[in-house]
Parts: sequence; structure tokens; C-alpha cells
Amino acid sequence: MTHPADRKYSKSHEWFKMEGKEGRVGISHHAQDHLGDVVFVELPAIGKVVKQGEQLCVVESVKAVADCYAPISGKVVRVNENLTADPALLNRDPHGDGWICVVEPSDPGEVAGLMEQAAYEKFCEEESGH
Amino acid sequence: MENLKKTPLFETHQKYGGRIVDFGGWALPVQFSGIKEEHLAVRNAAGLFDVSHMGEFFVRGKDALALVQRITCNDISKGSPGRVIYSPMCNERGGVVDDLMACCLEGGGYMLVVNASNIDKDYDWVTSHAAGLDVKVENASPGTGEVAVQGPRSEEILQRLTDANLGEMKYYRFKENVKVAGFRTTVARTGYTGEDGFEVYCDAPDTQALWDAIMEAGADDGIVPCGLGARDTLRFEASMPLYGHELDDERTPIEAGFERFVSFTKGDYIGREALLKQKTEGPRIKLIGFEMIDRGGVPRAGYPITSGCAVVGKVTSGNYSPTFEKNLGMGYVPAQMAVVGAELGLDVRGRTMKVKIVQMPFYKRGAKK
Repeated sequence: MTHPADRKYSKSHEWFKMEGKEGRVGISHHAQDHLGDVVFVELPAIGKVVKQGEQLCVVESVKAVADCYAPISGKVVRVNENLTADPALLNRDPHGDGWICVVEPSDPGEVAGLMEQAAYEKFCEEESGH
Repeated sequence: MENLKKTPLFETHQKYGGRIVDFGGWALPVQFSGIKEEHLAVRNAAGLFDVSHMGEFFVRGKDALALVQRITCNDISKGSPGRVIYSPMCNERGGVVDDLMACCLEGGGYMLVVNASNIDKDYDWVTSHAAGLDVKVENASPGTGEVAVQGPRSEEILQRLTDANLGEMKYYRFKENVKVAGFRTTVARTGYTGEDGFEVYCDAPDTQALWDAIMEAGADDGIVPCGLGARDTLRFEASMPLYGHELDDERTPIEAGFERFVSFTKGDYIGREALLKQKTEGPRIKLIGFEMIDRGGVPRAGYPITSGCAVVGKVTSGNYSPTFEKNLGMGYVPAQMAVVGAELGLDVRGRTMKVKIVQMPFYKRGAKK
């Protein structure tokens, strides 16, 4: 699998990467692969305040509607507008240009509860039943 | 997954990288390379589908026609051997028990092709209406494999594997005892994609080898294995009904706009009275096709259709259309609202999006023979 080691992952398959005082959020390669062709991303509103584990936004593929959850509590400060015109960015580059939003964490300590790359990949394998 | 029913192609799907899901109790691939890619391959070249889960009943005997006429709305007596006739099979209320293809066999009798999820229900229904008739109904589904080659290159590809002249076969015709890749099959020029193509029925043990032979014969034409996901988006664009969505025990073929498959001149049959009454009075609700005007998600089955503040209907099928790159849907609304060009609302996760009623089918293939 191709999950970068420079960030953390949630059990609901979002990734989170601290960048200074802010953190970037997206969905993992594993998640986009399971969703298939993404055709719509309902981006969170800028200013939206979420708690860790709460619904952050919605990602729709041809076959399914998936909720994306906040990997960390905080306030949404930026969203990836490119996903509006080109939702498939999320399939092509889930860990890069396909990021979803940037949040200002209200409790950076929560990061400790997220998984490192190795643990996440093991988690994915177990979840897939392999 | 262990207790799911498997088609003869279960191992083949794994070999080709299919993502297996539970589809109404069957272990079937939802996709191989990706729904969009498979969808476009069928529109532009060819795709191969496993449809072995479909049900096949053979109706034979002196009264075979009488039984088939009794349970269908379309006039099957118009069929001569080699013809395939699509028909709803209705209950007394005009609701749809299932929709089926009746293939008129050489030497009399019919092969009825029914939906996988309805095999048991349909078998009980058909046999329960055979009382007093000299007829034998055989459920051949477990021993029958079926693959569908669909797309504009289908004829070329399949022709490489058979001596039968496929070019002279018209749409909705079929041939029995056709050797394809050395196997005894029945070949029908039918499909569920809105594209030209063939459905090939074979003995279950031959299905794997037949699949491999077709994949090999079509390799240079860009044939791809396709899953249920693409099957659904393709049939949806062609506005072909899916049982359990556009059709069910409550909805009638008149409401669904399938009056052309309902005969009122063929004599009596189950549901005729109710259907005639509805046709005369006009249906209360009608199936519409719509296009989303607002951006804001994909219509999905079950989403409320609104007019002003009122919920007036429900989406039966909805999807992103890979061919048109638009979000389209189908659903039932009050008949007086079912006007092409009219605007309605769609409740997407609590937000109302504007939709416009459009003509169905959404997709119609270019003029071919």
C-alpha cells in the first residue's frame, strides 16, 4: 500500500497531518480505492466547528455515499475548492492534491489517538479480512 | 461471504481482480478496474458480464403458450421461434411480480428469463397458475451459466468464436444450439446496457472456459470484465427498469410508462382488469426521469422528490452518468407533475436541489441494424 508515514490515520480512514499550528485532512488511499470513482465532494463550510469523530463532509462515488469524519476537533479554516470542479482528484492523489480541508485543532493532544502508518495498514488488512 | 450463493464464475472473478460483494445473496463482483472505466468501455468498445445468477425457466407442453399468456401482459402469441419478447408479469392488482424475457423455442415452448432475486417467488407464481393446464415448468437456473457481451464491438468479438452468422441476427432474436468456442450455447441479441450485444447461455460447467475464450477473442478490441456497478449505471442511462426499484409488487407497468409492453387485445391474463382500469382512468402516479440542475450531490434511491414544501415522490434509481457527466435520476411523482421540462426539488441530505424532468431514455444508442 501507499500510505505516507508523515501523517496519522483514523479508523474511519481519514488522514491528518500537522503543518505548523494547522492540520490538513483528507481520506486515505485505502478509502478512495474502496469508494471507487469519486463524483462529488460536499466540502465542509469554512468556520465549521467539529469534534473528533463527528461528520465533517460527504464524499460521493458512483456507487456510494460516504461520510467523512473529523480526525481531530477544531475549526475548518480552508477547503480544497479544486475538488468541486474535479472530484476525481481525490482518487488520483488522495494524500496530495486531493486534500479536503485544513483545520485549526482545538486540542492538538488528540493526535495521539490516531494511528501511525504501519498500524493503519495493519488495521486496513484486518478490516478487509486478509 | 461464505454462505452466499456462487455463480460458476466465482473463481474467475477473483482471477480477474473483481471486488466481490453480497448482491441479494449472491457473491458477485461490483467492479473490476472501476465502474466508470467499465461503463465507458461498454459504450465505446465492449464489456463482459457474468449474469449467471439470472433465472431460466423452461415452459413446455401443449398448453405452454396458454400458461405464458396467462402470466404476462405482453402478447407472447406474436412470437415465432427465435424471437425474444419482453414482458412484465403482473399480479391481480396490476403490480409487477417480475419483468422477464420470453424466448420462443424451436419446437414449441418458452425459455423465461427472470431476475435472480425473484427466482423462487417467480417459480411459485408460474407453477401456481399452471393448474388445469398440460404444461411442465422446469427451473433450469442452477445448471445454467450466462455471460453478456455488450458494446459496439460485441458482434465482431463473438463472431470470432462461432460459425453461426451473427450479422443476420436482429435485436431481440436468439438462436439455440450455437457452438461458441466449442461449447453448446444459446445466443440472444439482447442486453441490459442500452448497447448492442449478446447474452450467451451455456451449461454451468462450461461458463469459465467460455468467459476466458471471449476475453481472449476481444483482447485487441479492448474488452474488459465488468461488474454489477457498471451494469447498473449502463441500464440506468438506458432507462431500463430494475426490479425492486422502478418496478415492484405495487407499481404497475402503466405507471412506469411501459404501456407498449401491455396488450389489451390478447385476451384475459392476470392483472388485465386492473391495468385496463388504470389505463382508462389514467394512472395516479408516473415514472419520470430527471436531471439535477443544482450541483450538490448525486440522486440516490429513496431521496424525497419535492414540489414547494411538499414531498411528492421518491427517487427509485439515481446515479452519476458517466456518459453525460451529469447527475440523473428516476422516480415516481403525481401524474399531473410528470411533464418534461418541469422543475421539481430533490432533498439531498436535508438540502433542496433543483431538478428538471427530462425525456427518457436518457441514453439511446446510435442507429444500428
